[in-house]
Amino acid sequence: MNLKKFNIENKKIRDLIPQLITVFALLSIITYFAINAQGNMGNRGISFGFGFLNQEASFDITFSMIEYDGSHSYGRAFLVGLLNTILVSVIGIFFATIAGVIVGVSRLSDNYLIAKVAEWYVEIFRNIPLILQIFFWYFAALRALPLPENGISFNDISFLTIKGWYVPKFIWTNFNVFLLSIIVAMIAIYFVKSYATKQRDQFGKQIPVFTISFLIFLFIPLITFLLLGVSLTFEYPVLKQLSPTVYTYEGGVSIIPELIALALALSMYTATFIAENVRAGILGVSKGQKEAAASIGLNKNQVLKLVVMPQALRIIIPPTTNQYLNLTKNSSLAAAIAYPDIVLVFAGTALMQTGRAIEIISITMLTYLTLSISISIFMNWYNKKMAIKEK
Amino acid sequence: MIKSIKTWILIGFASMLLVACGQGGGGAGSKKSKTLENTKKAGFVKCGVSQGLPGFSNADASGNWSGIDVDVCRAVAAAVLGDADKVKYTPLSAKERFTALTSGEIDVLARNTTWTLSRDADIGLTFVGVNFYDGQGFMVRKNSGINSVNDFKNGISACTNTGTTTELNMRDFFNSKNIKYEPVAFEKADEVVQAYDAGRCDTYTTDKSGLAAQRTKMSNPDEHKVLPETISKEPLGPVVRQGDSVWEDIVRWSLNTMIEAEEYGVNSSNASSLKDSENPAIKRLVGSEGELGAAFGLDNDWSLRIIEQVGNYGESYKKHIADTGILPNRGPNQLWTKGGILYVPPAR
Repeated sequence: MNLKKFNIENKKIRDLIPQLITVFALLSIITYFAINAQGNMGNRGISFGFGFLNQEASFDITFSMIEYDGSHSYGRAFLVGLLNTILVSVIGIFFATIAGVIVGVSRLSDNYLIAKVAEWYVEIFRNIPLILQIFFWYFAALRALPLPENGISFNDISFLTIKGWYVPKFIWTNFNVFLLSIIVAMIAIYFVKSYATKQRDQFGKQIPVFTISFLIFLFIPLITFLLLGVSLTFEYPVLKQLSPTVYTYEGGVSIIPELIALALALSMYTATFIAENVRAGILGVSKGQKEAAASIGLNKNQVLKLVVMPQALRIIIPPTTNQYLNLTKNSSLAAAIAYPDIVLVFAGTALMQTGRAIEIISITMLTYLTLSISISIFMNWYNKKMAIKEK
Repeated sequence: MIKSIKTWILIGFASMLLVACGQGGGGAGSKKSKTLENTKKAGFVKCGVSQGLPGFSNADASGNWSGIDVDVCRAVAAAVLGDADKVKYTPLSAKERFTALTSGEIDVLARNTTWTLSRDADIGLTFVGVNFYDGQGFMVRKNSGINSVNDFKNGISACTNTGTTTELNMRDFFNSKNIKYEPVAFEKADEVVQAYDAGRCDTYTTDKSGLAAQRTKMSNPDEHKVLPETISKEPLGPVVRQGDSVWEDIVRWSLNTMIEAEEYGVNSSNASSLKDSENPAIKRLVGSEGELGAAFGLDNDWSLRIIEQVGNYGESYKKHIADTGILPNRGPNQLWTKGGILYVPPAR
């Protein structure tokens, strides 16, 4: 063995020592807290364990994407909360991205009015605390909606009321066949794309990939409707009287106002930050790039698609990842307006009913950590894909 | 990055395992009360109350707390520190209340809390008695045409507080009636009231005393009514941490003293003049006979101070619940000698 390896002057060792000390210090602190908690819990006769997750939860939840009622376990209630958190995050990220891109591009518009409106939007919505915006949408905007009997009707198939937004429910027959056709369509599009690339590389021929893909995506599922027995019908919400003055809607799907308010607030707020990222990204591509692209004969769309966007995305993606993470974590403010996310259902109701604070808070923290890391990993992968590939 | 995250997760699991492995060693109460010592040292009783429930614990504009729950804490302060005003109130949500008690942030929880088996046995708490016998009911709008719980139909939405026994009883009730309902659960009582008031829910359910108290907060109280049915037993009472049996006894007997005083007709104005009463039970209550206080390490006037400074249970009820118009009728919260179910063990 080479003794020099263990010399303090060896760079590897020198780098490792402070890290080891840090890990050791952290471990000691955590162990201290654990022993302290254990001692105190022991003194007060509180047991520790995760067995409660299998016990019957015996409370109901307003809104669930999986089958749930109080006879299911606390573990199942956790899953309901988690799925609701993911749902509002996905909806929030979707709309924040769309609104962010539109506002970001609008800020660069030559049209004075559009640019100014976008600028005001950004300045107003990013400077008001998120919790106030959630309260605004929930307590001010959505509470002003009419009662079910006077609900705002959209063509009599959808109704907006103080109790929620009632929309038609999709009822599929042979949904599996339809799903399969979409997968087939996607595989077909993949082959068309690789064929087109080959044609372009070998013969310099341009094939309108987008149009062909679009037609494939439209026609293959359509065939299943016409020939393979797939059908889609709608169940419309119908006004139902519960007592002389109490009404509700039956049938269809009810989107609860808590979800609408939270998704609105999260996406409007996060959109302002994404808009600034988009603006920075586009401004970050130098003008010379566009001129050079135009000079080799690319048209306007090609310049945007092949030259500007790939470079802009490299600037946009990393800070936008942060915004996605923020949005997901901010969704925990749901508890303030009774949206049954993981914090309200699990770290709230379940904690209260079982009294198992340490177990439940640990699980909730680990869950958010896992969610955030998953988003990070995905966005890092996407970022790498978009990064400059040096050959 | 990923590697360090892995390390973190490992550390997390390791620490959990550590906690999980080393269980056991329950705390047996000693004669010496640490809570009592700490309270005397601090000079005030640390009391957990609600975030505002008229009649039970409610703060006025200048931050003075009052209510029958508040009076329990005041009684403890009078007994232990000699001054009923030496209480530090911590307003707690339903969710925070037990953790605040077990972690030592407060020493007495007097927050209209229902005594149940799992709370008493499972999470390190001890209920010391009942200061209000309540039951869960429903509130609806008067013009709704709903006159009884039998008028509820599938699709009704019900607002309530999250993390309460109310939430569980509501489910039991609707399930037993086979009614599909939409539960909307808020963290703060004010938010529940606001949501019901705005029309988000068709009915509001909580303890009947709570319904009566919250009705006074609505934009138009006369538009609402409480349905006659009671769907659950809700014995509300003060709670202490498990493991300090002396402190537990002090809180229990502070409450019992108030009820016993009413039974023997001892009140805040006549207490000191009854020192030479014929009745030995009264003499024990006002401290002129026996050495009852010594059992908890208190002087002999502890119970006299409670009666003089806070009053007996009947005075407290009248002042906070009856005269405020919340529940003028005492119902089950009447003494056992007058047809109610208030019955405490003798102080001797």
